[in-house]
Amino acid sequence: MQLVLEKRAERSATIALISPLIAIGLTIATLCIVFAVLGKNPIAALAVYFIDPLTDGYSLQEIAVKATPLVMIAIGLSLCYLANAWNIGAEGQFLIGAVAGSWLAVKTQGTDAGHWVLPAMLVLGAAAGALYALIPAICKVRFGASEILTSLMLVYVADLLLDYLVRGPWRDPQGFNFPTTAEFDPVATVPTLIEGGRLHLGSIIALFVVAAGAVLLGRTIKGFEIRVVGAAPRAARFGGFNANQLVLLTFAISGALAGLAGIIEVAGPVGHLQPGISPGYGFTAIIVAFLGRLNPIGILIAGLFLALTFIGGEQAQIAMKIPLDVTKVFQGILLFYVLACDSLILYRFRLISSSPKVQSGAH
Amino acid sequence: MGLIEAIILSVLAASTPLLLAATGELVTERSGVLNLGVEGMMIVGAACGFGGAWLSGSIIVGALCGMVAGILMSLIFALMALGLAVNQVATGLALTILGIGLSGLIGAGFVGERITPAPHLHIPGLSDIPLAGRILFGEDGFVYLSIALVVGVWWFLYRTRAGLILRACGDNHVSAHALGYPVLRIRLYAVMFGGACAGLAGAYLPLAYTPFFIPGMTAGRGWIALALTVFASWRPARLVVGAYLFGAVTILQLHAQGAGIGIPSQFMSSLPYLATIIVLVLLSRARTGGSTAPAALGTVFVPDR
Repeated sequence: MQLVLEKRAERSATIALISPLIAIGLTIATLCIVFAVLGKNPIAALAVYFIDPLTDGYSLQEIAVKATPLVMIAIGLSLCYLANAWNIGAEGQFLIGAVAGSWLAVKTQGTDAGHWVLPAMLVLGAAAGALYALIPAICKVRFGASEILTSLMLVYVADLLLDYLVRGPWRDPQGFNFPTTAEFDPVATVPTLIEGGRLHLGSIIALFVVAAGAVLLGRTIKGFEIRVVGAAPRAARFGGFNANQLVLLTFAISGALAGLAGIIEVAGPVGHLQPGISPGYGFTAIIVAFLGRLNPIGILIAGLFLALTFIGGEQAQIAMKIPLDVTKVFQGILLFYVLACDSLILYRFRLISSSPKVQSGAH
Repeated sequence: MGLIEAIILSVLAASTPLLLAATGELVTERSGVLNLGVEGMMIVGAACGFGGAWLSGSIIVGALCGMVAGILMSLIFALMALGLAVNQVATGLALTILGIGLSGLIGAGFVGERITPAPHLHIPGLSDIPLAGRILFGEDGFVYLSIALVVGVWWFLYRTRAGLILRACGDNHVSAHALGYPVLRIRLYAVMFGGACAGLAGAYLPLAYTPFFIPGMTAGRGWIALALTVFASWRPARLVVGAYLFGAVTILQLHAQGAGIGIPSQFMSSLPYLATIIVLVLLSRARTGGSTAPAALGTVFVPDR
């Protein structure tokens, strides 16, 4: 038996639509095996993971809160990936955005600064994220250095910078030596949408980002250029599109969105700057982007789904003592299945039984 | 033991996992496959390597466990990137994400445990020569193995027919296929070799570098190994230079921190990462006359029948 790929005459539209669902189904099946290996009842564990969080208001809000940064970052990443520019350092851009915005919050702390503080923080966060993302983009465009490696290295640098700031100059003097800034003032905090709830303004901003992404990709020339440069670089050259400029542009947009997500997370749900503000949002967003088929609406749905796995994972840890790492394994397996199913769009898989001799002769 | 000697010994120790992982990746990339999952294969190798050594009490069993784990991880990659013709960059990222989660699951039972680290060679007389003795004849076995591995890979790539065919697959898979070479099978072996090396490199960390396992202990070394293959222009000899340079940067920043100079430790810790970026920029810039990368690196190959 041998697996052979046959190129389809054209992309299969049906499979393009259902492939994420096949991937999720396969992942859940695999997850059952993981649960069984860990000695847990798979059905009960699945219920805790995927059903329970949907049944109470608090968890539903929490899903929206977790989906907010994932969706915002993934929209930016999808632009990069469509243009065939590999920004995998969104985690670092997220942290830098959080740091830059927090700078203003820390500096205005205890002063009678007005309501301009939060908008200024958001702008700072987005700008810092964009600039940070431009470093690997410029290194690629000007010097040809692999943006994959440079953007990833900058994640570690951003992490260390944040760590230095909250242990050093920005540490809360009343914080019992914990590495954290003081709680931000109310004017430096993202307002919640429901009194006493967790849902905050950032989720609305994320919806705007989704809409803007859809317009950019579907209705503008720039969006068209981005897709052509990625899908058919030669055609793009003939069309006179500037590929380098698009690398810079997509990196800057994705960096800005990641930075914005970072400062919203810090000024919103977290409320102060500290290490560990991100449970890997920047990396999970890569999965969100692919699961959403690099399509804004798809990303919104995929972001909510992966947020569900974060919340479900936490609840499974509390209720059934299932390690948190299962969530990461789940996310990794999911990405594999998504990519494998995407291959179905372009190829037909065929199992061919033939004598190996004939096969090796044909090769 | 003098300070200089101590520094050189620790540089060799810090460089060895980079050299092991980068050597494996070099062979993989020479066959035309870009496996970005080195970090993931390493961290699973570290968890399985430590688990194997802790359960069996044998460093060798631990190292073998790490290698097997690395190979199994690389087989997932091969199935996806070679079997199903999936984008190699995305597959490699997925492998790293999966590896970080898996290593946490596997290693959860071992966190906080200690083992006796790999013994260092001791040849009476030779190892006692001042300065050079400890450095040349007093390392742990992995250090010698890593150097033997690079020499072996150099010999294989440039002095054997099989090595020539492997390089041909990496430079032009269509021609190699037309000549009748099984491109995908050759790439499968290269990917598996890379997995074994990455697994061993990961296992080195808890078996010899620090005698315990902590989640995330590879700390980006897999990514630095990837950068090293670029640094080395895909040549084994330059890989040795690069790995020891990076090891030296790692150790010097540790010593600088220990010496208590007034620079915050986080800035010193970020040096290896910043150095990677700078090196990548300088090297890519120096190469005006075309790239030295294998021509077919990272491209999907689907044989037509």
